[in-house]
Amino acid sequence: MTDQDEIRVLAPTGVTGSGFLESSFEQGLSQKPHFIGADAGSTDPGPEFLGSGATAFPLAAIRRDLRLMMIGARKIKVPLMIGTAGTGGSNEQLETIAAMAKEIAATEGLSFKLALIHAEQEKDYLKKRLREGRIKPLSPAPEFNESVIDRSAHIVGMMGAEPWQRALESGADIILAGRSSDTAIFAAMPVMRGFPEGISWHMAKILECGAASVVQRRTPDCMFAWVRKDHFVVEAPDHTLRCTPQSIASHSLYENADPFKLVECSGTLDLTNSRYEAVSDRAVKVTGSEFIKAPRYTVKLEGAEKAGYMSILIGSVRDPFIIRQIDDWTARVTEKIHARVKMVFGDKLKPEDYLLNIRIYGKNGTMGPLEPVKEIRSHELCLIFEATAPTQEIANTIAGVIRHQALHLPIPEWSGLITAIACPYNQMERGAVYKFNVNHVIEPDSPTEMFPMSLYEVSGSNMKEIQP
Amino acid sequence: MTQLAELARLIRSKNAGPFELTFDIMFDDDATYQRVKNSGALTREEVARRYNLPVADVKFFYCDHAYAIKASIPRPYFQGDPRDSDGHGGQQYAPLMDIEIK
Repeated sequence: MTDQDEIRVLAPTGVTGSGFLESSFEQGLSQKPHFIGADAGSTDPGPEFLGSGATAFPLAAIRRDLRLMMIGARKIKVPLMIGTAGTGGSNEQLETIAAMAKEIAATEGLSFKLALIHAEQEKDYLKKRLREGRIKPLSPAPEFNESVIDRSAHIVGMMGAEPWQRALESGADIILAGRSSDTAIFAAMPVMRGFPEGISWHMAKILECGAASVVQRRTPDCMFAWVRKDHFVVEAPDHTLRCTPQSIASHSLYENADPFKLVECSGTLDLTNSRYEAVSDRAVKVTGSEFIKAPRYTVKLEGAEKAGYMSILIGSVRDPFIIRQIDDWTARVTEKIHARVKMVFGDKLKPEDYLLNIRIYGKNGTMGPLEPVKEIRSHELCLIFEATAPTQEIANTIAGVIRHQALHLPIPEWSGLITAIACPYNQMERGAVYKFNVNHVIEPDSPTEMFPMSLYEVSGSNMKEIQP
Repeated sequence: MTQLAELARLIRSKNAGPFELTFDIMFDDDATYQRVKNSGALTREEVARRYNLPVADVKFFYCDHAYAIKASIPRPYFQGDPRDSDGHGGQQYAPLMDIEIK
């Protein structure tokens, strides 16, 4: 088959930093992919990473994967495309990964054209689009207004395939991007080269998780695909890993609310008529997937803001008198804590300025309001008390109040001073905590307007910006 | 009568983005999948009942190629909210395990 008839794709791993076997990667390279793609982030680790700029995987683990991918891509001279750099895909996190790539280039003596695609959104741009009515809520969505924009630590747009295609057209060898749809990384080249969108996006959906769609994944590893005019084939480079029609069909269930319709910026991947067929005991052929163009191009927004600073206290209860009245006990201790906080801070801290949360493990600590079991069947309970406040000092102070109030809250069954909770250690700081604050889409004028690109010529330790 | 957990290869829950939870009930073969699908015991209404939600809040799918049944619900608290108890949404499936299948 000639290169015009197929596009070959290597996904080294599901997330850069989670690892892959070098032997699988070498096997994948030997199958001559037209590009190598991987994402490097997600919302799945929680809002603190987009909020704080830290990375969910350790930098040393990301560097191990990135180094192998860069050396491999330069060896066979194909583009390396990495999206959602640094977990959240903010400018700060993209810069972290770009600096790492520069350091690897210098250490390994690599030369390439580097494209950086930014996904962080300017607050003025967002306010303008909000005023124009071009930011629309998804469901369920938190309230989104100008003060949310002002409070946000970072808001990113999730790019589609077009910013990637622009970088490929500019001749970039290594493309590092901020927040991107994982699938857009993989669909960009086949769609640009005229392969059917349904086939291209479905292949992308399977590949973006690396080897997650094999029958039994032992460790994160590589996946390989052949995209052709009316189908694609997937097979894991590691010869001990098997894909079956069921394992590939099942993959569209993972982390999606709807297993048949996957919404992208430019339309919806529809798997209703997809067919899965074994072509060997390790490879699966997929046909019939469709892509329905959206009437309006939309870009999903993700944002995180600081919810405050948290301090926590862990304590457990063994006394059956307390366990049988735990709801009433926590209500009474809550009242005592609020009263004592008011005595300590006076008017300087209002009840709405801080959050007191009590988790009761052994009752509904895991499921909270979704827990159907109402009766407590445990002989002991673990309580986690959390104080979230505008500063760490205030949170620490409230946690100190919690400790003292919880320790000695009286119960009617006993007379005299009791000590009601067992604390393995005293209150602890959790630092700044963040929350997601956007579940909306924006309607841009063009697919690339939110995602500026910069290009660099990198040669070992030398790097200079060039014009596209 | 057999409990769903004895028939399924895997029952799991996971975030579907920060605002929704999704449940996958997966079977080894078509026969077991069809048995559960046709039993009428695992339905949108049953999921709503087990999680104390309005039926309209539950998305529900039969996935014939995957031999799987899927449901999605809104999260009680958004992922990472100070009150959220399960950041990855991974331990929310237990109430589905003892559904009785004919």
